Amino acid sequence: MLYLLARSVWVRCLVLTAASIVFLTMAVEAAAAPVPEVRLRHLVRQDCGSCHGLTFRGGLGSPLTPAALVDKPDESLVATILDGRPGTAMPPWRPFLSPDEALAVVRWLREGAPE
Amino acid sequence: MKLGHPYFAPLRLLASAVSMLAVLLAGCATPSTLRGTGDLGVVIERASGTVQVVTQQPPRLLARVEGLGDLSHASVVFSRDARYAFVFGRDGGLSKVDLLTGRLAGRVLQAGNSIGGAISSDGRIVVAQNYEPGGVRLFDAETLAPLADISTRDPVSGLASKVVGLADLPGNRFAFSLFEAGEIWVADATDPRHPVVTRYAGVGRNPYDGLASSDGRYYLAGLYGEDGLALLDTWHPETGVRRILDGYGHGEEKLPVYKMPHLRGWAMAGEYAFLPAIGRHEVLVADSRTWQERTRVPVYGQPVFAMAEPSGRRVWVNFAFPHNDTVQVIDVPTMQVVRTLKPGRGILHMEFTGRGDAVWLSSRDDDRLVVVDTRTLEMSTVLPARNPSGIFFTWRAARMGM
Repeated sequence: MLYLLARSVWVRCLVLTAASIVFLTMAVEAAAAPVPEVRLRHLVRQDCGSCHGLTFRGGLGSPLTPAALVDKPDESLVATILDGRPGTAMPPWRPFLSPDEALAVVRWLREGAPE
Repeated sequence: MKLGHPYFAPLRLLASAVSMLAVLLAGCATPSTLRGTGDLGVVIERASGTVQVVTQQPPRLLARVEGLGDLSHASVVFSRDARYAFVFGRDGGLSKVDLLTGRLAGRVLQAGNSIGGAISSDGRIVVAQNYEPGGVRLFDAETLAPLADISTRDPVSGLASKVVGLADLPGNRFAFSLFEAGEIWVADATDPRHPVVTRYAGVGRNPYDGLASSDGRYYLAGLYGEDGLALLDTWHPETGVRRILDGYGHGEEKLPVYKMPHLRGWAMAGEYAFLPAIGRHEVLVADSRTWQERTRVPVYGQPVFAMAEPSGRRVWVNFAFPHNDTVQVIDVPTMQVVRTLKPGRGILHMEFTGRGDAVWLSSRDDDRLVVVDTRTLEMSTVLPARNPSGIFFTWRAARMGM
């Protein structure tokens, strides 16, 4: 009985330690992420916004509102962001954004780009 | 007898009351309540839909005007008396700001998506250029009442071209370019309710902006889709539009352009025109009479604005993302970059004072305006501003093509 109790305490400690290591790793990874969400959204609103409009209703670039994107699959939008559209003014953003970040941008735009 | 005598006490009270009244009245009419507009300007605060009314000397905020809508890519022209600023907002709002009272004097929502505007040479017509629904619209500068629409809708395809590069020409004429159609149109608004349009087709692919020279003779459209610019000599319209600086990219692959350059009459410096290359980190220099290429100046990034100081002695250049923390100064006689400045993050615009003693820079991402002394090239003043973009000083009121 005493042995079992001691063992379960030991197990619990082990589990807790493992969990904190996982959390710590996640925290470190988050801190090392190249473009934090706030900066990513600022970049999209301001620097994509110079062609697509700050409210994404379009300019020389096409509109990026949820309605404008509704029939375009994630993969093609991610590809457009990363590699641009040859023959148009849309430049490739691969030097500045990872595929995951481009996908986060697409999802944010689909939500109507909330602050 | 002195007024100090008790008998004169009521009289003394009356006297002091009269003098107080006199001071009050004088206060109402004191010259400090009067102001000229020649040293004023407006600064667009793009994120908050506000504009600052500022004094140039000393550089400071005079008033903040609210309720101007979506001001991403807003631009401004001034009434001929330089009292009012007409602000063209991205959401199609056209707002008339009274610089003296710091209040909105009028506002109309004239389109769904707009990019800028111009004012006629007689100051009576304000013209807005639109992306959605395309075309340009003419308004009474006094009342903002609509006068006429010029549609850019193609009767065959049904597509309305976005209008870019609207500029005023002498004689109440306006020139502008059609992004999709690749045309330059000149509208004569002698009768502002019935403007007469002359079309120049096939000028090149995707004109992205245009400028009129400060004498109102030349209209120039920058082309995104081609290595070159389209030029109309309005003194010889019969010769049509011709290509200049053709093939400046030498067929090389273009570098990506993360922000479209801008063209306006400040590109001219004496005998030269300074024009941003597209997809090349260069400023193109053309002879402003023959329009032959004179040289090209390598710079730090994709140029957005290449602006001559009023003296024409130097040209200041800012850059597209990711180089938009930098401004370079080109010395015109030697055609060399003589200074590289790091005035702040997200430098979107530059504006010289009328005689060029200072230049104001907007730092969008540092929320500030930076005033640089052009003699020392040192920052002289920093002012707070919310995501500032365009800066417009009232000297523009008296200049063609601005």
